[in-house]
Amino acid sequence: MGTSKVLKKDEWLKVIEDLRKGYKVFVPTKEGDFHFFREYKDGIRPDLNFSNTRLSPKGLIYPQSERMFECPLSKDQEGAFILKESPKDFGPQLVVGIRPCDAYGFLIVKRNFDNPQYRDPWWVRRYESTTFVGLGCNEPCPTCFCNAAAGGPFGEEGLDLLMWDLGDEYLIKPITEKGSNLLAKVEGKEAQDGEIKEAESLKKESQKKMDFSFDITPLKNKAQLELFNEPYWEDVAFSCINCGTCTYLCPTCWCFDIQDEVYKNHCDRIRNWDSCMFPLFTLHGSGHNPREKKFQRVRQRFMHKLKYYVDKYGNGIQCSGCGRCVRYCPVNIDIRNVIGLMCG
Amino acid sequence: MKNPYLPYPVKIDDIVVETEDKNLKTFKFVFLNPEDEANFKYMPGQFAELSVPGKGEIPIGIASSPTEKGYLTFTVNKVGVVTTFLHNMKVGDIMGIRGPLGNWYPWEEMEGKNVVIIGGGFAFTTLRSSVVYMLHPQNRPKFGKITVVYGARNPGLLLYKQELMEWEKRDDIEMHITVDAADDPNWKYNVGFVPAITEQKVKSSENAYAIVCGPPIMIKFTQPVLEKLGFPPERIILSLENRMKCAIGMCGRCNVGDQFVCKDGPVFSLAKLRTLPPEY
Repeated sequence: MGTSKVLKKDEWLKVIEDLRKGYKVFVPTKEGDFHFFREYKDGIRPDLNFSNTRLSPKGLIYPQSERMFECPLSKDQEGAFILKESPKDFGPQLVVGIRPCDAYGFLIVKRNFDNPQYRDPWWVRRYESTTFVGLGCNEPCPTCFCNAAAGGPFGEEGLDLLMWDLGDEYLIKPITEKGSNLLAKVEGKEAQDGEIKEAESLKKESQKKMDFSFDITPLKNKAQLELFNEPYWEDVAFSCINCGTCTYLCPTCWCFDIQDEVYKNHCDRIRNWDSCMFPLFTLHGSGHNPREKKFQRVRQRFMHKLKYYVDKYGNGIQCSGCGRCVRYCPVNIDIRNVIGLMCG
Repeated sequence: MKNPYLPYPVKIDDIVVETEDKNLKTFKFVFLNPEDEANFKYMPGQFAELSVPGKGEIPIGIASSPTEKGYLTFTVNKVGVVTTFLHNMKVGDIMGIRGPLGNWYPWEEMEGKNVVIIGGGFAFTTLRSSVVYMLHPQNRPKFGKITVVYGARNPGLLLYKQELMEWEKRDDIEMHITVDAADDPNWKYNVGFVPAITEQKVKSSENAYAIVCGPPIMIKFTQPVLEKLGFPPERIILSLENRMKCAIGMCGRCNVGDQFVCKDGPVFSLAKLRTLPPEY
């Protein structure tokens, strides 16, 4: 996939700035105490000196709220009551500074939105038009467990380019053809042996800092009903307040709602992120609710990520180990403990 | 890329009030574009999303049979926002249909077998589709004995009464219509709950499949009856309902374990359901 290049940090940031001519570029920027991915417009300062963004970047491919269809609602208008796709921009996007866990997260989500039977046209087109430039993690957070859940702090899966922070410089490694083509156009010196060795040792050092690991075999081998009927779910859910923070922040929670909004004589069909933590998520028209109780909803979230997904796709768990749900859960529910229980 | 969320535009061609309480109406739809009709190939047991712009979508079992060409019918119970709005719509109104969706009753497996259809209340819709499908001259030879047990709370709540009466007259289908109670002195059919009538009338499980659709309480008490008759759980076929939005297995809410009711179902055998969490 071509050779890695090394650029001074300010040179590389200049390259990114110039790439705005061909791409809609997204960069992490600091707002208040936290970092967020924002479109790199004038006035936005990219800041790659961060642990991770507070929200996952899933919204760049899969917006929190997006128009699907629209139509007029008065009989005298042409096309009344016949829904048509809302216009959307699928121009090339470039996401710079995405962490390997979050890029891997998109691959997990892809199995849902792009499967042999159905393809979600919006997710697929936006994903395919996006180039991901990852930033490896020299300093993982105490809540990170990407080494166990995904490809680790310098994992390459899901990325087109991967950046190493070498202090004053970035080493940039091409991963895919898309990334390689982009890097080929960038002026910079080829990475030397010394720099490559330094990058390798940063990766090893970072991996050593993460101490959570687990073996997925028990999740595969135990029957769905066995795990479902375990006595610990009420305990796991005891402190949960069903706030939905975990699902909102999670790069791999993909559930959504569809709602029609009407303004004057115009209808928009809109899809919004939804959460399995909310009782309305499964409430039937009759009033019956298959997941009426809080613990049933908490169990659903973990069973989906750690059992149903595992069974359905045979490709690991539905979690990239980013640790956001652990960090921001207001009542300290830790998915790593739940993995421990389920594997025990 | 085909957009699986985009409904086909349809026109309401006819509306029939099915029950005395007027809470169930059957809507007949015709496609605005003939090519959409050609693309809408379905089998009995499948459902579709009825899409009312400005209100939303509802997943409803297809009540017409693929042997009935040129239109689709759906029987809708008035429950929430979309169904209430739909009940107030008129013949000629334009809306959308998205589908066909989900799997269907195991028609290939059931070829050469006896089929026992057990339905309760307004869950008779895809069963109506199934009966019409099996009785079609091209399909009737593929199946053995066909037995139907269909019950409602009272005679006024039975769906498709005219057709039921026509089937009663035929000799290639055995009908057992029942009501929980009837105050009509001329009621000449059965009185009793569906599980009890099933126990009295269905004599054998030999070489037979049972398709069961109805309220949870009916299903609960019919299962042991069928098992007593000797139906193995692989040959007891059920159709589930759960809240849905996308109906193509993506939005994440209708799952029962790792199975989506919308995409992997709605039809499951009792054997399969026994391996899954009972979240429906």
